[in-house]
Amino acid sequence: MSSIEMPEPDARVLGNRDAILKALAEALPADGLITDPHQTLAYECDALTAYRCPPLAVILPATTEEVSQALKICHQLGVKVVPRGAGTSLAGGSLATADSVIIGTSRLRDTIEVNYPDRYIRVQTGVTNLSVTQSVENDGFFYAPDPSSQLACAIAGNIAMNSGGAHCLKYGVTTNNLLGVTLVLADGEVVELGGAHMDAPGLDMLALICGSEGQLGIVTEATLRILPKPEGARPVLIGFDDAETAGECVAQIIKSGVLPVAIEYMDRLCIQVVEDFTAVGYPLCEALLIVEVEGSEAEIAVQIERIEKIALALDPREFRVSQSLEQSELIWKGRKSAFGAMGRLNDYLCLDGTVPVSALPLTLRRIGELAQEHQMEVANVFHAGDGNMHPLILYNANLEGDFERAEQLGAAILKLCVEVGGCLTGEHGVGIEKRDLMYEQFSPDDLEAMMQVKDVFDPDWMLNPAKVFPLNASAARRSLIATQGAAK
Amino acid sequence: MNAAITPCSEAELQDVVKEAASQSAPFRISGGGTRANIGQPVAGQTLSTNALSGVDLYDPGALTLVVGAGTSIQDIEDTLAGEQQMLAFEPMDHRSLLGTNGAPTIGGVVAGNVSGPRRLQAGACRDALLGVRFVDGRGRQLKSGGRVMKNVTGLDLARLMCGAFGTLGVLSQVALKVLPRPERAATLVIDNLADAATVKVFCKALSTPFEVSGAASIDGRAYLRLEGLDVQVGDRLTRLREYLDEGGEVIDGDAHHALWRNIRDVRHFADTGGSIWRVSVKPTDAPRLLTTVQRELDAKTSLDWGGGLVWIQVPQETSESAAGVIRSAIGQGHATLIRASTELRQKTPVFQPESARLTKISTQLRAQFDPHNILNPGLMAA
Ligand SMILES: Cc1cc2nc3c(=O)[nH]c(=O)nc-3n(C[C@H](O)[C@H](O)[C@H](O)COP(=O)(O)OP(=O)(O)OC[C@H]3O[C@@H](n4cnc5c(N)ncnc54)[C@H](O)[C@@H]3O)c2cc1C
Repeated sequence: MSSIEMPEPDARVLGNRDAILKALAEALPADGLITDPHQTLAYECDALTAYRCPPLAVILPATTEEVSQALKICHQLGVKVVPRGAGTSLAGGSLATADSVIIGTSRLRDTIEVNYPDRYIRVQTGVTNLSVTQSVENDGFFYAPDPSSQLACAIAGNIAMNSGGAHCLKYGVTTNNLLGVTLVLADGEVVELGGAHMDAPGLDMLALICGSEGQLGIVTEATLRILPKPEGARPVLIGFDDAETAGECVAQIIKSGVLPVAIEYMDRLCIQVVEDFTAVGYPLCEALLIVEVEGSEAEIAVQIERIEKIALALDPREFRVSQSLEQSELIWKGRKSAFGAMGRLNDYLCLDGTVPVSALPLTLRRIGELAQEHQMEVANVFHAGDGNMHPLILYNANLEGDFERAEQLGAAILKLCVEVGGCLTGEHGVGIEKRDLMYEQFSPDDLEAMMQVKDVFDPDWMLNPAKVFPLNASAARRSLIATQGAAK
Repeated sequence: MNAAITPCSEAELQDVVKEAASQSAPFRISGGGTRANIGQPVAGQTLSTNALSGVDLYDPGALTLVVGAGTSIQDIEDTLAGEQQMLAFEPMDHRSLLGTNGAPTIGGVVAGNVSGPRRLQAGACRDALLGVRFVDGRGRQLKSGGRVMKNVTGLDLARLMCGAFGTLGVLSQVALKVLPRPERAATLVIDNLADAATVKVFCKALSTPFEVSGAASIDGRAYLRLEGLDVQVGDRLTRLREYLDEGGEVIDGDAHHALWRNIRDVRHFADTGGSIWRVSVKPTDAPRLLTTVQRELDAKTSLDWGGGLVWIQVPQETSESAAGVIRSAIGQGHATLIRASTELRQKTPVFQPESARLTKISTQLRAQFDPHNILNPGLMAA
């Protein structure tokens, strides 16, 4: 089952397999190279598990220098490279092709520098998102972007996808918290972008790299901004009988001048599944908001008072303030385990479109209608404060054709997001998943301009090709190497 | 000088640029013209964005503002004030420092990634930028980003445009994230600190959870700004003062607003001679840089962004040697010659020279977006 096409592997590269592996083995330490087909199988997919393909080889460098060596060889031999962090991409961003090698960050694990006076940390990009916060939290600091996958996902993938999380409403996403990177270009040359200072000297290439999905180079080190931990935080649960009122509540809170750190949303189906799984005590209702505020006790009290006033005027089914640290943890435990809980019951496709906050109620209604038309079930759990939706389309992988139906409904929902003024993806990236929908949001000229930027960084289109841009749009560029390769 | 060309719509803008591209006729792109003398001097017909103005969408409940690039900052601030909101990045007004007239526009602010003291806490202009529409040097009408808060669809060309000073495209529309205005603001002022001690105090203050939203120092006076809810500011001010243990008095009320406007606009160097440098550094590197330029250039200095932004006023006598002295004294960071005579700018790389490879990438990026070299040609050249 697979309705997303991947290009045919390059026969020239497949035929040259032995020479390629030999060249890599000569240049790289033995423990950093995996060529045994049984072992490369572990790298055949990311979190978009419906699509699988083991690579030619997997390279796991431990230094920037080794990444550079590996890229030089791939560049010389015309081998495509798929950069990979922890492989938690939901968009197929780190899916390999049979004629590519994966360069993974799992051995790039060092923390290089922690600097509290200047408030940054410098790490190799294979460290996990959570471990960054863990290395500074005993000293009262944290790293703000907090994807739900933070236990597993790597800073490398966070930078490539410009990942966000529940607390981005206040603190921004990766691009707002990234100060500098070491980038290895497709030909192996190493460049430094940014550093511990706060803005770019010339063109803002750091911004270009962040969110570029492994299209422009391999990021081996990063300087990340760390922030002092807030004195305290407290979530509030607000339950409503319909999505419209919940949406209205979100807009009014934002307008009121209180800026919560997070406003999360769950619908009835999701609440039910989470309750069955974790019994965190959510009220069962049509639309549940988790609103979290931060500060000292006095500051929290004032903010909650205001939120309460707004919410009560909208006649909620439930308004419940967390009374203890334990209760707060439970509330967040439920939210953070939502995807996992869903996954135990069903296969699901997780979408990631963003819409204007004011369009949330309309979008939710239309998603319900589309789901009915397609005869599928959709659960909603998402970041309401910034309009970043995560409709989960439930399907049964064992049922012939069900996955394809889910994909069709997914495409319809993403088109809807664009229609109401939003975009295809708020934080998961385009990858292969939304690649062929890009025309919904961009004109051919827009896409051409982006591809011209890739041309500058990766003239032969060797880095993660066949992603992000519709296959037909990138076809000529991707075949450059096949037609010129022999001559090189 | 020729009269400015002032397109009234994106379509007109596109026609004008296409025409110029076909003849390789260069443009000097201008909003309010208040930052016209930043960068290398540019020769060319003036292309004004002034008629591409007005609020296209303002959704206070979604913290979103979409405006024409030629919209004046004043109009934007008035619009936002009606809903108790603001541009959180607090864009600097360059008029007094550069001695220019006119009305600053949002297009100029975005093109220069112009941010003020609150950059420290709320991010720069580029952080608030949600999307742009622009016409590139090929005459293509392009867009990147959109109007929503989170968007990772495709490469981030919007942020690439921010800080490119118009050399990649003429902005026609920008979408920005706005924030609620703080209910109250107050500043702790600490006197008689040497530069090194000032930066120490900043580092200490910025490591507290009090969300200090301004940390600047002029003439030995350090200013630490707190903003937020009514209860928040009073309480935090008391606790910050205790924690720093440096004494200090509090400024609030009307004087407060003027104080930070002056800091934002670097008023203290407005009526000076010589040249002005703007240096972005790692905060703890700042004291060493200050010592060097005070000693070797007889320069005057001030700090913003907790020490991360250094303003240097270099007297006429040492202006010629300033670039070398300043740039070799920076650790991590970069220096921009923000105000100087045309002759000095022609002799000096205004923007920090980059490594050979990054220069090549910049040149190639410009060639993709502006192959005929017609958009502010040479403005950012080293
Ligand atoms: C249960 C679950 C919950 C999730 N929740 C969130 C969430 O809340 N917010 C969110 O934003 N995302 C979320 N994600 C998606 C995913 O975790 C993020 O996209 C994450 O940043 C991917 O990191 P990774 O290290 O796993 O990267 P990978 O999946 O390995 O790779 C992701 C992309 O990065 C590229 N890449 C990897 N390493 C490099 C490198 N060194 N240089 C250049 N490019 C590179 C790859 O080619 C690929 O395109 C979730 C995923 C799952 C499975």
